[in-house]
Amino acid sequence: MIATAPPIVSVRDLSVLLGGRRGFLRKPVPPVAAVKEVSLDLREGEILALVGESGCGKTTLGRTILGLQRESAGEIQFDGAAVSGLRPDAARAARRDIQYVHQDAGAALDPWWSIGRTLAEGLVIRGVRNAAERRDRVAEMLAAVGLDPASARRYPHEFSGGQLRRVALARILLLRPRVLILDEPTSGLDMSVQATVLNLLLELRERFGLTYLFISHDLSVVARLSDRVAIMYLGRIVETGATKALFDRPAHPYTRILMAAAPRLAGRQAAEALPVRGDPPSPTAAPPGCAFLDRCPIGEPGCARRVPQLIAVGSEHRVACHLASRAANDWASYGVFAGQTAPVGAARHG
Amino acid sequence: MKPILARLSRDLPAMLGLGVVVVVLLLAIFGPWIAPHPEDASASHLLRRLKPPSADFPFGTDNLGRDILSRVILGARGALQIALTVVVVAMLIGVPLGLVAGYRSGWLSETIMRVTDVVLAIPQLVLALALAQLLTPSLESAMLALSLTYWPFFTRIVYAETRRLSASLFVDALRGVGAASPRIVFLHILPNALSPVIVRATIGLGFTILVAAVLGFLGMGATPPAPDWGLAIADSRTYLPRAWWYATFPGLAILITVMGFNLLGDGLRDIVDPRLRRSR
Repeated sequence: MIATAPPIVSVRDLSVLLGGRRGFLRKPVPPVAAVKEVSLDLREGEILALVGESGCGKTTLGRTILGLQRESAGEIQFDGAAVSGLRPDAARAARRDIQYVHQDAGAALDPWWSIGRTLAEGLVIRGVRNAAERRDRVAEMLAAVGLDPASARRYPHEFSGGQLRRVALARILLLRPRVLILDEPTSGLDMSVQATVLNLLLELRERFGLTYLFISHDLSVVARLSDRVAIMYLGRIVETGATKALFDRPAHPYTRILMAAAPRLAGRQAAEALPVRGDPPSPTAAPPGCAFLDRCPIGEPGCARRVPQLIAVGSEHRVACHLASRAANDWASYGVFAGQTAPVGAARHG
Repeated sequence: MKPILARLSRDLPAMLGLGVVVVVLLLAIFGPWIAPHPEDASASHLLRRLKPPSADFPFGTDNLGRDILSRVILGARGALQIALTVVVVAMLIGVPLGLVAGYRSGWLSETIMRVTDVVLAIPQLVLALALAQLLTPSLESAMLALSLTYWPFFTRIVYAETRRLSASLFVDALRGVGAASPRIVFLHILPNALSPVIVRATIGLGFTILVAAVLGFLGMGATPPAPDWGLAIADSRTYLPRAWWYATFPGLAILITVMGFNLLGDGLRDIVDPRLRRSR
């Protein structure tokens, strides 16, 4: 852990409103707050995992940091310089060293273009005029991600899922980014391919000096890869901390439920643990106070009064729960123990 | 190209259409050398007026004693010229409008699409007739009228495709990589949107031949003595039903050509979009 490294990306009180329309002759549609007052730091060289269920705003947060989605409030700094509040094209230009790798690597490639042409296109856009140089760099990068340089002539549909992830990485790495936002880099891959992709990610980080913001809902992957974790629920970060500390002593009830729900091989019987009640409330009609209240096993009426802020419960471990100080004790009566919730190989008591 | 041809070859009606289109193309190119009486494009031989089909004149002769077979063959070039010009001009108008309307949003896009809807709402033949009537009757004004009524079909198709594609992940990824809009629109969206356009253009060629024949029939298209199929049918009216061959063979030429283009277009569409595959 490089706790003292300066943040390369720093997000302060970021909010993003999506949609919303005041159309002529149309019913006005109120915007949806997909990201609410999020603050986080990404330190140079680390892997920060952003975890949450579908629709919690983690992809929106990633795209906003990237600059493809415009922030509604708050500030984003990249490498010490403010890059927020710019016009869309200027915002993206200021953040060209931040790149995004799509979840569906195959669909992110133009089906009519060969891989080599797609990869070289990024270099054309970056102003590499010499075709031979482009070809060499593409071949070099394909080799770096473990693909045959001859595959540059092939088309996206001729690759497997795992190979497409490699192609997507090669395409982005050709642009020499410093920060990569990886959206579910292992989803839809079988276990053995997942492992090779994760190893490749670690290897590439070493080789190119990359920083990863890693968006995922797969806790076993997160535990394996990331240095720090931020748990998101309904647009807010509800818990953040070093991976080990957070997995050993999850403090937010939502984190505990996520961990209890994660399937694992060792300790097969653990699956009966807490079901999450209900669905997440709609972001258009978020309840007042703590957004997790209706699904929280330990919630109290008082939680509805105000939105919980992140407070420190460990050296780097912060949680946004009104009952955080008491939670660790109370949980026993709900049948979930802190130690039980480690994702892989956790021994169950009794 | 290979898989397209391979799949097309399994579609019998489409192959039939392709055959017809190839024959019409050959006739259009080599017509003057194939036709038994190429001089009959303009000459007249009053001594052999309205002869029924015979060994010398397989399709008979018309009211000026011209060989109908020759005129049907010579007419292919004119029909194709009209159809190609009209479809190309309509594409040149319709495709860019569809790209702009689909890629941008806002008042410009709305205006383009509403105008398109209005033009589409009027039957094409009626609109073309009105336009051709406004201009001086000639082949050029007929072609102009047809082009000005056919572009909305391309705009709608390209608009829908562009909308779909600009929301697609690969366009999003291109924006992420820093590609500028012209690059995205012309190098990525346009090629991806082109296959339904080609299908529509193929069907449009047949349809335009038909409408051009109608305009010729109504005296708003080709002018005598051009060997135009529609014009021939118009001229034959006075001699029906006695000289049945006079109207029949140009009519069959129109029918077979239009059907050929339609069958080919349908076959292409099935290949491009298997969801639209007809149950046969």
